[in-house]
Amino acid sequence: MNKPLLQVENLKVRLDAGKTQVRAVDGVSFAINRNETFALLGESGCGKSMTALSLMRLLPEAGRIESGRVLLDGQDLLCLPEIAMRSVRGKRIAMIFQEPMTSLNPVMTIGRQIAETLHRHTSLRGEAAQARVLELLDAVGIPDARARYHDYPFQFSGGMKQRVMIAIALACEPDLLIADEPTTALDVTIQAQVLELLRRLQRERGMAVMLISHDLGVVAEMAQRVAVMYAGEIVEMAGREEFFANPQHPYTRKLFASLPGAARRGQQLEIIRGSVPPLDREFSGCRFAGRCDYAWQKCSDEVPVWSEVAPGHGVRCHLVESVVPASLHPDPFPVHVGCQKLRALHHVEQHPAQCASLIDALRVDALRPTQVGFDLPLLQVADLKVHFPIHKGLFKRVAGHVRAVDGVSLAIHSGRTLALVGESGCGKTTVGKSILQLIRPTAGSVRFAGDELTRLKGAELRARRADFQIVFQDPYSSLDPRMRVADIIEEGMVALGAATSSGDRQNSMDSLLQQVGLSPDSKYRYPHEFSGGQRQRIAIARALAVKPKLIVCDEPTSALDVSVQAQILNLLKGLQNELGLAYLFITHNLAVVEYFAHEVAVMYLGRIVERGSVEEVMQAPRHPYTRALLSAVPVVDAGSRREIIRLAGDMPSPANPPSGCHFHPRCPQAMDSCRLNYPAAIDFSATHSASCFLYSEK
Amino acid sequence: MMLFKPVFLWTDMLLWLLLAGVAFYVWRVRLHEHLREPWRRLLRSRSGVASAVVLLAFVAVGVLDSLHFRLPLEKQGNGAETHYSPEVLSVFDLMVGPLRKQVEKTYSAPFASQLYTKETIELPGGKQVRDYPRLKFGGAHLREPAREQAGDVAVTALQGGVYALALCGGLTFMLALWLARRRSISPGAAWTMIRHGRDEIPWRTFLSTVGLLALFVCLATAFSAKYHIFGTDKVGQDVFYLALKSIRTGLMIGTLTTLVMLPFALLLGIMAGYFRGWVDDVIQYTYTTLSSIPGVLLIAAAVLILQVYMDSNQELFDTVAARADIRLLFLCVILGITSWTGLCRLLRGETLKVREMEFIQAATAFGVGHFRIIARHILPNVMHIVLISIVLDFSALVLAEAVLSYVGVGVDPSMQSWGNMINGARLEMAREPMVWWSLLAAFVFMFVLVLSANLFSDRVRDAFDPRVR
Repeated sequence: MNKPLLQVENLKVRLDAGKTQVRAVDGVSFAINRNETFALLGESGCGKSMTALSLMRLLPEAGRIESGRVLLDGQDLLCLPEIAMRSVRGKRIAMIFQEPMTSLNPVMTIGRQIAETLHRHTSLRGEAAQARVLELLDAVGIPDARARYHDYPFQFSGGMKQRVMIAIALACEPDLLIADEPTTALDVTIQAQVLELLRRLQRERGMAVMLISHDLGVVAEMAQRVAVMYAGEIVEMAGREEFFANPQHPYTRKLFASLPGAARRGQQLEIIRGSVPPLDREFSGCRFAGRCDYAWQKCSDEVPVWSEVAPGHGVRCHLVESVVPASLHPDPFPVHVGCQKLRALHHVEQHPAQCASLIDALRVDALRPTQVGFDLPLLQVADLKVHFPIHKGLFKRVAGHVRAVDGVSLAIHSGRTLALVGESGCGKTTVGKSILQLIRPTAGSVRFAGDELTRLKGAELRARRADFQIVFQDPYSSLDPRMRVADIIEEGMVALGAATSSGDRQNSMDSLLQQVGLSPDSKYRYPHEFSGGQRQRIAIARALAVKPKLIVCDEPTSALDVSVQAQILNLLKGLQNELGLAYLFITHNLAVVEYFAHEVAVMYLGRIVERGSVEEVMQAPRHPYTRALLSAVPVVDAGSRREIIRLAGDMPSPANPPSGCHFHPRCPQAMDSCRLNYPAAIDFSATHSASCFLYSEK
Repeated sequence: MMLFKPVFLWTDMLLWLLLAGVAFYVWRVRLHEHLREPWRRLLRSRSGVASAVVLLAFVAVGVLDSLHFRLPLEKQGNGAETHYSPEVLSVFDLMVGPLRKQVEKTYSAPFASQLYTKETIELPGGKQVRDYPRLKFGGAHLREPAREQAGDVAVTALQGGVYALALCGGLTFMLALWLARRRSISPGAAWTMIRHGRDEIPWRTFLSTVGLLALFVCLATAFSAKYHIFGTDKVGQDVFYLALKSIRTGLMIGTLTTLVMLPFALLLGIMAGYFRGWVDDVIQYTYTTLSSIPGVLLIAAAVLILQVYMDSNQELFDTVAARADIRLLFLCVILGITSWTGLCRLLRGETLKVREMEFIQAATAFGVGHFRIIARHILPNVMHIVLISIVLDFSALVLAEAVLSYVGVGVDPSMQSWGNMINGARLEMAREPMVWWSLLAAFVFMFVLVLSANLFSDRVRDAFDPRVR
């Protein structure tokens, strides 16, 4: 066995935070071989980005590497002088960052930005350098590279910018590419393109890739070896097959179990209680002990050591290293997905009995809401249009319209969830806001319990506002940082007169906070004192305060970690059962849809292209766009992996939609008629319909 | 007959109104725990406490200087109507009595006992010499200044130091007693707590700032009875007195102008950013137009118009002070009107950003009205900008006053201000030997005021930002 390319030994990074020191990375060791993709998996704040930055020695001001060795081909990078380090960065190790919008310099052409790296590390100049840049742009799949050489970053879409970023990273053929959440900011179809590109480039160039991600699906598709980080240390490391088939650490298992998906419909998602412990102190026991279902005395007394359970599969847990009291043994497995994967990957039946018993144990009875009669929908939207005028010239003449929403119809019954699915920029958020009359629709009707909301004004509209509320995506910007939680929740009650006296309000505030799983004391604190998940709970409590019948959830979990997402989804589901709420669930996360929704509507460029019950759309998608979208989602389970239908290019601008079917320029099955007319909706069943010419002849 | 006749100047009344507002705010803060919290945090920071002490000293001088009255003149006989002196005095003037009255002939250097210029002196024998004449007040008690002065200065300094020490000791003692009662511990324990800085409020910083201030006050009091510690100006007035009197002018210009400017900037800036559309267009065009007119021209025109009005309506202003005061007020108003555009523009931009935040949309979804959204959500979230620009403007306004005085459209020449002091000193900078003390005095006072205001506002901003803890 030849020596690994990169070897990290006992790396410790400290961050100065005022008086205390945060042990951001606490004794991390791993190795990456040539030609290998090594994934570092973990939730936000677990230290994975800090690990990557310390490999490059690019830590922020407050951070410093306390001890450890980082050996690149046997040379310790931490001992190099800064000047020598500069020739390592970019040349030997290159890095791609999460946010392609901010990692490129907006005032430099992309050609020059790529050439900059070449200038630093190679002797290529002038024509030769330009030729090399064009070659790179070709390699990362930017069409018409010569013409785009002189373009600025703002002229590229997000996915294209990430390709440029990859081209910069590849410029000097590095031995190791560190990709820090390279696709987190991108849509699924674009994510599929970028992941495919990374895979191809790795194959062609034989470089090692260190992939940092929180997405189990991405890791399952990309990595050969996986390491899980928790609270600054690696708790489990294994080869991919072994890792997904036989996860050992309770944290890893919990992560799997908290993934939403079709298999878990009607059950509560597993959650990890509590939160990551503060890292500013020495740990005397296991870091996960406080949140672990299997923790016993030893876990809080003794720090678990690294132990190998199989060749190449190491775990840091007392459960595997020693004899465990029988009563505490973690069987049956809480990971029935693990079982499915076992079957899929190994084609062996293992623990079938355990799986069955587990599914029974986990099923929370009667969670499936009662079927509401289909008599009168709570909300009925017909032919909703929202056009934003584009102003041009000195006198701000209207030069055109951005057709953000262009004829959307949908209906929601009380106690049901309609998921509105689509990629960013398709107008799904605008639909949500225009239903709430936060944006006034240009045309169409929004009937809520019989009232036409678009015609209501002023006080009349205000009187109805208690019935429909919204929960936003980003819990950091949806709560006023200068108001206490009490004031935030009280605001709606006061404005809508939900509770008259101050005492009433305090009482209902306490019960609301308890309902969303927060203690009543928290109302005297400010939002910044809470974590992302807790803030989202506050936002939900605020919406509930006025006793709404419909809540528009605008991507309520996409800014949260997987385990927190599970908590919020459970909460929303519980509230629906308890209060009979209707949800318009706006999301791009199809796994959440499969788990959560009753009906699905898929949006593309301002219009709904397919709708139906969740089983119909997810199991038997008809529209080519829905199919492509579903196939692009990276899945953990290799058995259920669909063949990816590749979509060329990006979504066109809603200011200037393509003629005919909006999807035809990207559609693999486009026909002549698609270019001329927009297809009418074809019904497949009472609930399922799609707008596509493929089905019109039949 | 009355002992004095109170004089109500416009700026005085506005200042008292402002103080009443502050008092109301303090009362409200005391009632609400969550409002008290940020001020507590402010008191826990060292630079906050130190700058607050210095600022309070300045404000105290300014406030004492804003209680005006006229004293009665000698009675012309029994039963006759009491006439009052045309000279308007303030409480502060009475407190520093000798400083005001000890007027020399012309320039004299700090701690000098002779004039700064040579004059022809007639000796008792009828002989004439050209020499530096002795001052009427400065060092008048010394027979041979050249020999005795050093010793006299040392003794006086010692005296002042002893006073300061006594004052500080008394203060510390009282503080320890008060703290002991507040925290219900023994005074000894309170003293140890103060000495080791173990209380949450940095009392050591507080005491050393107060100590420095006390030392300065005691030394100044001890010396200014015998000397002109900052020298005298062209007409022989004590520069120290002028600098102290200028504090009120500076504070007035700084606070009243801000008071005039704030409603414009807040209302228009937030309205433009929040409502957008035609409201935004109108406001933008207004401030763009206004800010393209040179401010000095506008101010000059306005002040000249006022001057003409005052000249033609002399009967409205019974004293010189009243005339000077109305000019100061008018200057504040016109400065306010010309200087709101900068803050307005900043606020418009910030509001544009804040109004897109999701918590604003959440409030809209609750049917909260525009006015409440502005008052509860937008205003608190742009307040840090207001605070910063107020303090920056405060120093800029104090400086602007100096520039305007130079052009001749500043405060009334009869009014003491740092601007007038600098303006007067400017002419003497070129002369040989140089007259530097007026400039230095004005500079030191302005510098200390502006610096402590800056430090204080920095702390206030941190204390009120819930994200900084």
